[in-house]
Amino acid sequence: MGLAIGRSGMIAPTTATPPVGACYVSRSYMIESAALNLCQLAFVLGVSPLLAGILQKSKELVQSKRGPGILQPYRDLRKLFAKDEAVSEQSSWILVVTPYVIFVVPLIVTLLIPVLTDFPLFFAFVGDMLAVGFILAMSGFFFSLAAIDAGNPYGPMGASRTRMVGFLVEPVIIIVLFTVSFVADSTIPYIVQQHWLRPPANFFSASHILLIIAFFMVILAETGRIPVDNSSGHFELAMIDESKALEFSGSSLALVKWGGYMKFTVLAIVLVNVLTTPWGLASLGTIPSMLLASALVFAKLLTVLVLIVIVESSFSKLRLFRITDFVGAAFIVSVTAMVTELLGQ
Amino acid sequence: MTAWLYHLNALVLGLFILTAIAMVVTRQISACLQVFILQSLLLAASAFLLGGSPWSWHLFALGCVTIASKAILIPWILRSMIPAEVYVRRELSQSVQVPAALVAAFGLLLVGYALGIPLNAAAHSLSPANVSLGIAGLLIGLLLLVVRREAVPQILGILGMENGAFLAGIAIAPDFPLIAELAIAFDVPVLAFIVAVLARAVYQKTGSTEVGSLSALRELI
Repeated sequence: MGLAIGRSGMIAPTTATPPVGACYVSRSYMIESAALNLCQLAFVLGVSPLLAGILQKSKELVQSKRGPGILQPYRDLRKLFAKDEAVSEQSSWILVVTPYVIFVVPLIVTLLIPVLTDFPLFFAFVGDMLAVGFILAMSGFFFSLAAIDAGNPYGPMGASRTRMVGFLVEPVIIIVLFTVSFVADSTIPYIVQQHWLRPPANFFSASHILLIIAFFMVILAETGRIPVDNSSGHFELAMIDESKALEFSGSSLALVKWGGYMKFTVLAIVLVNVLTTPWGLASLGTIPSMLLASALVFAKLLTVLVLIVIVESSFSKLRLFRITDFVGAAFIVSVTAMVTELLGQ
Repeated sequence: MTAWLYHLNALVLGLFILTAIAMVVTRQISACLQVFILQSLLLAASAFLLGGSPWSWHLFALGCVTIASKAILIPWILRSMIPAEVYVRRELSQSVQVPAALVAAFGLLLVGYALGIPLNAAAHSLSPANVSLGIAGLLIGLLLLVVRREAVPQILGILGMENGAFLAGIAIAPDFPLIAELAIAFDVPVLAFIVAVLARAVYQKTGSTEVGSLSALRELI
């Protein structure tokens, strides 16, 4: 795949100085851009179980346990795909469709965000960060419906708790996006990423750091991490996120698990590539630069994992009605970010 | 060069207001103390960064004095004077619930900006955001003093007010006489010492440092 395009590749080489605002998109550029989009999909698909494995392993290491190897999620997925699936006769089509929705939704989001390249790809302008939030909410919606559909007593409980956390987190996400749109005049992830990059002065502002911290707290709450939910707990009554997956088996469970890994990966990628460290992405579509970008992005994701391990091993899980304290703090941090952006210099 | 110091200062300011909010949220008293140490270090960092652009001995000295007194001496006094059992406790009853206190903190942030913007216009400060966020930090420290019932978070509220006042002060008056800074630097550990002695006495008499509930009358046995 001899791809050699960049920002200059978007402009047709026929005119030496193209008029401002006129971009002639060539057919080959479209194809290459779509191919690069597929590379991003492959990266997210392939790396997300590894990230989950590393997170699990490093948590076990911090707790002085040996733990399963970092490749365990891959082995789990292979085992589950080979197994038969049991679906209750009483359940409706929702239970059957949901695993596919959960699996596909993070992949759709992957098309919209800068995973490896810092120039916009084929689907870049189809949806903005608000669309990312809504598309991810769709998978949560179907997941909750499926949990209720199955008739397991713990499913609806987990579903209603997830909804509670969800509607507490939603205002934080909205305010974060408002702030981003005030800062960068856009909520298209690629443009936001470019905004922090140049001029470098944009990167350094009080609102930026508050924004990052609010979004990190959102990730902890949305992906069922420790101050909100214990993802490694096996006690059904205390579960928030996990109890919804109790009724899935076989390849459905594999899809649900993989979708969960990818949702975490996608949110972490938005955190590192769009909001926190916009550097180190490929600015050319060549194979070496894509490989280098994959390595750098992976390293950045590892830093997020380290942060999450620190948070998960130094805080305890909050009681259900204390979650409002945590998410309320995230909300105030995001609103503070907006105020410092609008009023501060 | 100057611009870079100024940009870094903006990041420090974001973290400063974050620590002020974190002090409202944390219930555990030792965590509250750690957040206060972090806030003092951030104040010192802001002083170093603002003092670096046109080089200012006053701000440099102020940063050093802040680290020595607020990040080392005061936590040491509070740790050694008040029994360790107090620090592992979580403060369960506050006069206002945490989410309400957070909303109040946000209101105080707006008040900080409302006061800071005209003050900046009048005083030609080095860094406008320093003044607004400093006033907000001061008011949030006051809020901590009001909503908390334990002795240690209350003294941390007073010290947080002081941090906020200094954060605003270093931008408005970078050539603040050093003698005043030193006077404050000695005053504040003495204040911490006195409150710690008082809290220790209260702890020995009543078995807790929950000074907020001391106002209720009790029958003499």
